Amino acid sequence: MKLTGAQVIWECLVREGVKTVFGYPGGANLPLYDAMLDYPVHHVLVRHEQGAAHAADGYARAGGGVGVALATSGPGATNLVTGIATAYMDSSPIVCITGQVASKFIGYDAFQETDITGITLPITKHNYLVTEGRDLTGVLREAFYIARSGRPGPVLVDIAKDAQQASIDWEYDDRPIRLPGYRLDVHPLSKSLQQAVEMIQSASRPVILAGQGVLLSGAMNELREFAEKERVPVAMTLLGIGGFPSGHPLNLGMMGMHGEAWVNQAIQQADLLLAMGMRFDDRVTGNLKTYAPDAKKIHFEIDPSEVGKNVKVDLALVGDVRESLTQLLPHLQPGDHSEWIDYIQEMRGDSTVRDILNLPDNGHLYAAHVVNDLWRLTHGEALVVSDVGQNQMWTAQYYKHDQPYTQITSGGLGTMGFALPAAIGARFARPEAEVWAIAGDGGFQMTQAELATAAQEDIKVNIAILNNGYLGMVRQWQEFFYERRYAATPMKSPDFVKIAEAHGLTGLRVTERSEVEAAVRQAQDTPGTVLIDFRVEQEDSVFPMVPAGADLHNMIRRPLPEVLVETAQSDL
Amino acid sequence: MQHTLVALVEDKPGVLNRVASLFRRRAFNIESLTVGHTEQPGISRMTIVIDSNVTNAERVTANLYKQVNVIQVSDLAEQPAVSRDLALVKVAAVPERRSEIMQLVEVYRSRIVDVTNDSLIIEITGDENKIDSFVDVLRPFGILEMVRTGVVAMARGANPQPSFNGNGNGNGHHQEL
Repeated sequence: MKLTGAQVIWECLVREGVKTVFGYPGGANLPLYDAMLDYPVHHVLVRHEQGAAHAADGYARAGGGVGVALATSGPGATNLVTGIATAYMDSSPIVCITGQVASKFIGYDAFQETDITGITLPITKHNYLVTEGRDLTGVLREAFYIARSGRPGPVLVDIAKDAQQASIDWEYDDRPIRLPGYRLDVHPLSKSLQQAVEMIQSASRPVILAGQGVLLSGAMNELREFAEKERVPVAMTLLGIGGFPSGHPLNLGMMGMHGEAWVNQAIQQADLLLAMGMRFDDRVTGNLKTYAPDAKKIHFEIDPSEVGKNVKVDLALVGDVRESLTQLLPHLQPGDHSEWIDYIQEMRGDSTVRDILNLPDNGHLYAAHVVNDLWRLTHGEALVVSDVGQNQMWTAQYYKHDQPYTQITSGGLGTMGFALPAAIGARFARPEAEVWAIAGDGGFQMTQAELATAAQEDIKVNIAILNNGYLGMVRQWQEFFYERRYAATPMKSPDFVKIAEAHGLTGLRVTERSEVEAAVRQAQDTPGTVLIDFRVEQEDSVFPMVPAGADLHNMIRRPLPEVLVETAQSDL
Repeated sequence: MQHTLVALVEDKPGVLNRVASLFRRRAFNIESLTVGHTEQPGISRMTIVIDSNVTNAERVTANLYKQVNVIQVSDLAEQPAVSRDLALVKVAAVPERRSEIMQLVEVYRSRIVDVTNDSLIIEITGDENKIDSFVDVLRPFGILEMVRTGVVAMARGANPQPSFNGNGNGNGHHQEL
């Protein structure tokens, strides 16, 4: 049949299962937008292309499949960059389709021309420039395949305007994709599996480090079976949260810079680390020289370039973590590490006493209270999208996830402004879920314009702003490491309630701990997007904290309650 | 220690850029990189020399494999191989010193490819050491200009498929190739 290039693009997208796309039209993708009206695809008009990329990312991470973002050439394309880099660092499958100036103008600095394939080369899993309509089908099929397979990641397809306008005698090509340089056939060697069995069964202080790879490969059941069979405690990376139920007795909690003290201590004292789908990021290892010095390390990893990158491992099981666990499990005899687990329990020690939640009520509203109440009032079942900074760490610490794919956050790149657009994207992937975006006052303002997107789409995304009047995490570093010299961190924000109202949305403000519950319930019961401006303790810090580059066991702890109560009272 | 990696890549626009960008992005140091056609249409061959004291060859290999357009990577440091570099050296050659230079050309089995009244262009092929040494002996005559192609290399023996080092703990791509 005779189709235009633009129609071919939609034919391909629909065949890839795309139902929702996030984007922004412009000169170089006009043909694509014109053709869209004839296809069963819902388009979400964002207010900035960065929002489109984050929304596609949130859509993918919430389980919607490959997320799709559309943008025009030039500034439209460059505005995607932060979102693409975010998806790349967190292995999130998105396909970005950008319009490009007509092929005869490429290289001539035409209006709104930019070399977006060149710009995104180091932050995409792969990218394409299409100048011929006949190449579209092959390229788009490859793009989706590459984005979703193996270690997922973003793929950008830049399509010249004339390729969108080309008239093509078209038939869908469903022959198997041939990519001779793209191999997914990585499997653990049987001798490596054998070696792993021996290492696991001779360990007395093992710890599992569960990363996002567990979620990406869908290895939750296998991980649980493994942990239960061998009685091995499970520590999670930030992005690994949800891969193992937080309520499970073998769950330790989050590791790393703001991980719980006992989790980091357990890792430092372990004699075997089973790293599953995690990449030993500097935020989880601290000083590499003193990292888990007595532990042998087994790395379950799908990406060979991650093996031995940061931490030298004793054994690598290269391949899909689910497949590796499935192969490993039948060879393992049940294990028992009760003594080790009891020991870790003891290490929890004074952590509970230091927990801000156990502080006597001093009338102050701490962010931890807000997140804890949110967790309680949503029965731990909400889809929580956090921003970056203190709000992100408090959310990770106090919102307990028992289900996979319910925590979404920008881990690797740490992109402020991620929460709201990603929550909008997540909402489209999981329309039945209760979605909460949790952001600080700083990050929220970076992509605040997407409130208009939520309003136009008439969707319900609840927004909790943990408003402390500072760029809190930077302020915390200034407090700890720069003698409280608060350079450029105090932040004056607009009236967020009025901002919400200006969009025709509901805005609420909470200043007292006693008001949290009513506000959350009101948000839950109100149709449409609701924003709550929580005025939390201004100079609270995230504890514990491993200073950047410090030994993982050398944590700055929250001061003991006596000190806190005193400080609080003197404030009163 | 010098490490020679041979990468077979799809002959598509931008592939050289992808590989070069990868080296820049990961702060890998390239000593030399050459690209050319192979016996198979659509497939180019890159010969990449790195200093493995500075840059970990396994990491380079694994990252090269991550590129969608890179089909195969082999490390020639792990097997007997022939490596060749080609240089064109333009040397000052006044008539009274010309015969001296021509003797050196003999000794090094190189050839003179251009002659003028006061200069010669000499073409020399060999491994890098041979060329380095030839350049050293020519230096006193006055080198006016020089160009080297960078190393190309090939494993010895009939097996056309470069062999892969499987240690079961490396890049995972050594199997079933």
